[in-house]
Amino acid sequence: MPDGDTQVPELAFPLDIPCLKRGAMEGTKPFVAQAEHQAKLGFPGELVPDWKEKALAKMQELAEKNRAFQVYLDICVKCGACTDKCHYFLGTGDPKNMPVARQDLLRSVYRRYFTFAGKHFPWLVGARDLTEEVLNEWYSYYHQCSECRRCSVFCPYGIDTAEITMAAREILDSVGVGQKYSNEIIGKVKDIGNNLGLNPKALRATLEDLEEDIEDDTGVSVRLPLDEKGADILLVTPSADFFAEPHIEGLIGYAKVFHEAGVSWTLSSYASEAANFGLFIGSYENMREISLRIRKAAQDLGVKRIIFGECGHAWRVAYSFLNTLAGPWDFLDQSYPVPQHILEFTWDEIQKGTLTLDPSRNDHIRLTYHDSCNVARASGMGDYPGGQFEIPRNVIRAVCNNFFDMEPDTIREATLCCGGGGGLLTDDLLDLRIKGSAPRMKALQNVTEEHGVTHMAAICAICKTQFGKVMPKYGYEMDAILSVHQLVSNAIILTGQEGEDEDEAEDA
Amino acid sequence: MLGTVYAILFYVATLILLIGVVRKIRIYARVPAPLKIPTTPAPKTRGGVILRVIREVVLFESLYKSNKWIWLFGWVFHMALWLVLARHLRYFTQPVWGWVEVVQPLGTYAGFAMLAGLAGLWARRILVERIRYISNPSDHLMLALLMGIGASGAMTRFVAHTDIVAVKAYMLGLMRFRVGDLPNDPTLLVHLGLVIVLMIVFPISKLLHAPGVFFSPSRNQIDNPREVRHVAPWAAKMEN
Repeated sequence: MPDGDTQVPELAFPLDIPCLKRGAMEGTKPFVAQAEHQAKLGFPGELVPDWKEKALAKMQELAEKNRAFQVYLDICVKCGACTDKCHYFLGTGDPKNMPVARQDLLRSVYRRYFTFAGKHFPWLVGARDLTEEVLNEWYSYYHQCSECRRCSVFCPYGIDTAEITMAAREILDSVGVGQKYSNEIIGKVKDIGNNLGLNPKALRATLEDLEEDIEDDTGVSVRLPLDEKGADILLVTPSADFFAEPHIEGLIGYAKVFHEAGVSWTLSSYASEAANFGLFIGSYENMREISLRIRKAAQDLGVKRIIFGECGHAWRVAYSFLNTLAGPWDFLDQSYPVPQHILEFTWDEIQKGTLTLDPSRNDHIRLTYHDSCNVARASGMGDYPGGQFEIPRNVIRAVCNNFFDMEPDTIREATLCCGGGGGLLTDDLLDLRIKGSAPRMKALQNVTEEHGVTHMAAICAICKTQFGKVMPKYGYEMDAILSVHQLVSNAIILTGQEGEDEDEAEDA
Repeated sequence: MLGTVYAILFYVATLILLIGVVRKIRIYARVPAPLKIPTTPAPKTRGGVILRVIREVVLFESLYKSNKWIWLFGWVFHMALWLVLARHLRYFTQPVWGWVEVVQPLGTYAGFAMLAGLAGLWARRILVERIRYISNPSDHLMLALLMGIGASGAMTRFVAHTDIVAVKAYMLGLMRFRVGDLPNDPTLLVHLGLVIVLMIVFPISKLLHAPGVFFSPSRNQIDNPREVRHVAPWAAKMEN
């Protein structure tokens, strides 16, 4: 959908509840995957003739394999606590974007075929037959959920719409109706090793260019090693870090931190991707296959530790699932968590005092920080609950003098999704992305008014790309979104780097 | 005659309730959670998780974060319901336990708090557009059923006084499989009839939230995925 058509929502305040606009987002849906994309993931290429039986069989299978699916479909009492919590509902007003209503699209079918009440009294409990219309509705509205889990924080039973969305997408995939964006990307990871389809040669050239840039900039030779056997640390980072702004500035930041910490590290061309879109489509098998690439890379390179770069859902898969999917990690150094987040590493180094930091180098920035949903609500950092909120802020405060948080009900565990997560970061959903980002943008505008905030930092490749695209719609420059390690990179003074004055550095 | 009909209904309802709920609990317990999905920040120890679940069940912590009105009505209703249930133990025990005697006066008036809470929830269901949208007929009927039980129960106590001694004798009899006489009191019969309906629909309705909340992975899992490897049995088979 061309974004020129989008009415940018004007909210009075970030969590402003809209009136219901029935059918507002009815036609919205992403491109459907082609047969070749489906085949690589082991899914049928098009809607199979016996799709209804297949879909119900898949639903039964999920109910037997996944406790969350079974329990969450049964126990919702329709209390309404979640109804105003989804950013897509706040931005679009479409009632089917209320978390409970989104779940009900599938729950109604589950009830019809798998519960006593739904089998015998469908009208009483809102049960309905599975028809092609319903299938289309699933495709549309289960691709208007970014699986951000904000609803689950506020549900008295912790019902997580992300689990239902993932299940729905898995059912859709199993009958041949996949989403092009996610499934094509998963295919690329399987073929080449990353979402971009960047081959090892191109990757090596990119990294060499970056090494030159850093040396030109600082006069210090900082390495970005690739496929170096015997390195201590394997860095797995989203491939956006190799080519896009502001991501790439973050990668430079990691390299500088490793350099100053004096550790040996490497990237892998085989596992050159932290992102794992298997999560988005709810496919355990695909998620596992992608994760196993990291295991193989770690074994082949003989590393002792694994560290992940800035990426939200990748950190969920890494922190919460990697041990399950690709463990046990007994061949790695057990004195470090497996895996570690780059911010955990950087914060440790800051506390040890190995980094020379000059926060005044970021004085041209008045900063706020966007907690990425998957980091905030689906993973952790450090060794205490809530470390995922404190550690990034600790690092930010160490490298930036002007930091201001957004309103409390829009950050930390209540953080608002960027609007582009969960496999929705595709231009065919741009209208939805712009509307879904409205609550976050309003919270940002509020700190701009109150504190003159100019920039927002994030630690997720999807957030960064999404904000780069939508922030101009809300009156910001597209480079107002920053990587946290970009700020670190700005502030760090490398050993041997000539003074702080840029003229001096150029003279040298 | 009346006593026999209600006795049969009570026995059938009790069986349906017990078998239905036990069956569901077994399903919830047996179906594995393949991945660690606690909503974070989450406790890192078992003790912490137990406290988290207790806070959810006793204080409705997440609901409180979400919406103060739903929390107020929902919490008042549930806590009052507990008091009312506790008070009713006196009709099933002889001699009556000491603590039941203590909550007796509280429980009597908790019935009104219960009705007030239910009325508040129902008002929201009708008046708030978002909640009206997500409501099915069964959601309204459930509130009607609970209010019917509460109102008829209060009437047997405050309006049309029932022969409670006879009722107690009947209930004690049922528990020993001796069917006695039930007073032919319309209010009482409505009250008991609605309770029987509630028992029957419990295992096939959203009332399953009561046992279900304890099995919610986003609330009952420990946040230790890096420290302890968690693999579902069906997933473990993929590794061979």
